[in-house]
Amino acid sequence: MSEIALPLPLSIALVGNPNCGKTALFNRLTGSRQKVANYAGVTVERKEGQMELPSGRKVRVLDLPGAYSLNATSPDEAVTRDVCLGQHPDETLPDLLLCVADATNLRLHLRFVLELKRLGRPMVLALNMADAARKRGIIIDAKILEQELGFPVVETIAVRHEGAAALIAALDGHLPEIPPASAADADLHAEARLLIAHAVHMPDPTSPLDATIDRWVLHPVAGLAILAAIMLFVFQAVYAWAGPFQDGIESGIGWVGAQVAANLPAGMLSSLLVDGIIAGTGGVLVFLPQILILFFFILVLEESGYLPRAAFLLDRFMVGAGLSGRAFIPMLSSFACAIPGIMATRSIPDPRDRLLTILVAPLMTCSARLPVYALLIGAFIPSQTVAGVFNLQGLVLFALYMAGIVGALLVALIGRRFGGKLAEHALLLEIPAWRLPNPRDLFIGLRERAMIFLRRAGTLILALSVLLWVLSTFPTPPADWTRPAIEYSFAGHIGRALAVIFEPIGFNWQICVALIPGLAAREVAVSGLASVYAIAAEGEGATEMALGSALAAQWSLATALSLLAWYVFAPQCLATLAVIRRETGSLKITLWATAMLTGMAYAASLLVYRLTLLLT
Amino acid sequence: MQLSELTLGTRATVVDVSNLTEPDPIAMRLRDLGFVAGEPVSLVAHGPFGADPMLVQIGFTRFALRRSEAARVEVAHV
Repeated sequence: MSEIALPLPLSIALVGNPNCGKTALFNRLTGSRQKVANYAGVTVERKEGQMELPSGRKVRVLDLPGAYSLNATSPDEAVTRDVCLGQHPDETLPDLLLCVADATNLRLHLRFVLELKRLGRPMVLALNMADAARKRGIIIDAKILEQELGFPVVETIAVRHEGAAALIAALDGHLPEIPPASAADADLHAEARLLIAHAVHMPDPTSPLDATIDRWVLHPVAGLAILAAIMLFVFQAVYAWAGPFQDGIESGIGWVGAQVAANLPAGMLSSLLVDGIIAGTGGVLVFLPQILILFFFILVLEESGYLPRAAFLLDRFMVGAGLSGRAFIPMLSSFACAIPGIMATRSIPDPRDRLLTILVAPLMTCSARLPVYALLIGAFIPSQTVAGVFNLQGLVLFALYMAGIVGALLVALIGRRFGGKLAEHALLLEIPAWRLPNPRDLFIGLRERAMIFLRRAGTLILALSVLLWVLSTFPTPPADWTRPAIEYSFAGHIGRALAVIFEPIGFNWQICVALIPGLAAREVAVSGLASVYAIAAEGEGATEMALGSALAAQWSLATALSLLAWYVFAPQCLATLAVIRRETGSLKITLWATAMLTGMAYAASLLVYRLTLLLT
Repeated sequence: MQLSELTLGTRATVVDVSNLTEPDPIAMRLRDLGFVAGEPVSLVAHGPFGADPMLVQIGFTRFALRRSEAARVEVAHV
């Protein structure tokens, strides 16, 4: 038996201000060995990774949420405070606090380092972005800092391959001594100023290049124009670049389905696999390219420092609607899909602002609504020119987008009324230095989002697809049944029962039946309608053409417009509801949101249906 | 003079941050962020709607503050 006892794994926590490059350093130290989850009960991301020191000692690295102070003002900061104090119920007190400070922003970051020093824990300070500091002529005497602070200080460049070598060497040895305590009532700002005076030479408070860029980007007119151009470009990219990949995924899914159908005897198992599982999860997987492209742009905007600037430009406007400037990106993302939009609300520190943003996100017109809109507009709205330049079909599509936005403003205003004036909500948003996004960090961030989405598709959406398949397949009709099989199934019965409720807004039972499989993903309602009306044609385009003319023959214009209005507001997407549940951690809020959105949809459809009947 | 009254480009120093409520978490956060007596401040930019929020440089850092937040900070011209 070996006599050499390996030292126990070391546990360290990365702690520092927001924008100190902490996550980049975490990526540098742990590479791909990361686990991302949520802290129990709160929607704060918990990131843990593994690394091995040259001596072979294993290290557990926890990346704590960025914080300005231990006086927490958001759930994120509360997690950081609790872990550092050893008061977090699910975390052990870390062996070592690895403080990260941006070398170009030491005046602010040193104050927090000094606050952490008071805790009397072993510490190491990483002066991150040492290269950017040198480039700006900032000279930091790490030796003096180390002497005065009483714990090791090392320079790091998280984005460079060997940038953490000095840090790793410092970690690979004895734990540093607990630094000498300073008086509990000492003025931390005065201490930080003194440290800077002794150890730091800073020629300029901000980089001249940053000042030049910001003169344009934050300009009241040019800044808004740049913002609009960026939004337009992102949109264009999400829709145009994703197209080929989506087609590829679609034909891939179609191929897999065909292979399964060809190799299995026709029957229940084949139908479950092809119509239930493959078609159901496939219908959602198709959105993966759009979501990845969207997240790529969001990550680039985030890492470069543009996002807080966009929030700065739009804050006043969004406050007028009852939201905060930080709600801008979640809302923008929701135009592609509400799921990444709701996930992006994590960047909103204020819980009430965040909740309100989550509630309005499903009202932004997501791309899954487009197939439904396209089908109905194509079938019922004549393609004629209005006022010389506008296409009537295009105008209707625009009106549907606007209706969603107006609905969101309404919800935000009502939400603010109900929330009451509890307390003033601070903006207090740091506008960080511009930074070139690092490809490695972009890749790690993108992979993380993709995994979250795929895990959704793999578990929840899979289960839902099976359930909806069961509902629309069983019981199977008798042999002499001549009408569509779905009519005989549970879904058919549920649809007929629902028809009583939906009759006042002009929905026939066929629509109600199609809405049930449409809960898996909005656009599935199109194939739902096709199977109810027993439209079977070769090729997708042919199906839609045939379906369009069948609908035009059987529905009134009022019914079609009412269904369009329904789709603007209705929470016809179980995946979105599941994400709301996950991100708010509250079933009550999820049910409340579902009820509210359904109520809005019903009211809007009723209004549209009755008005159209009156006018036609 | 209040920070919210500062004009573009002028330099000033912080005199004090006052609590509007007791306790005032926003005032406390402002102090943590470096709005303490003696720190140099300047106004860098305005938001496009109603000149709100304000972009304020304090020390080496820049923060976007709403006017209501900036009104807590008493400053004096240099």
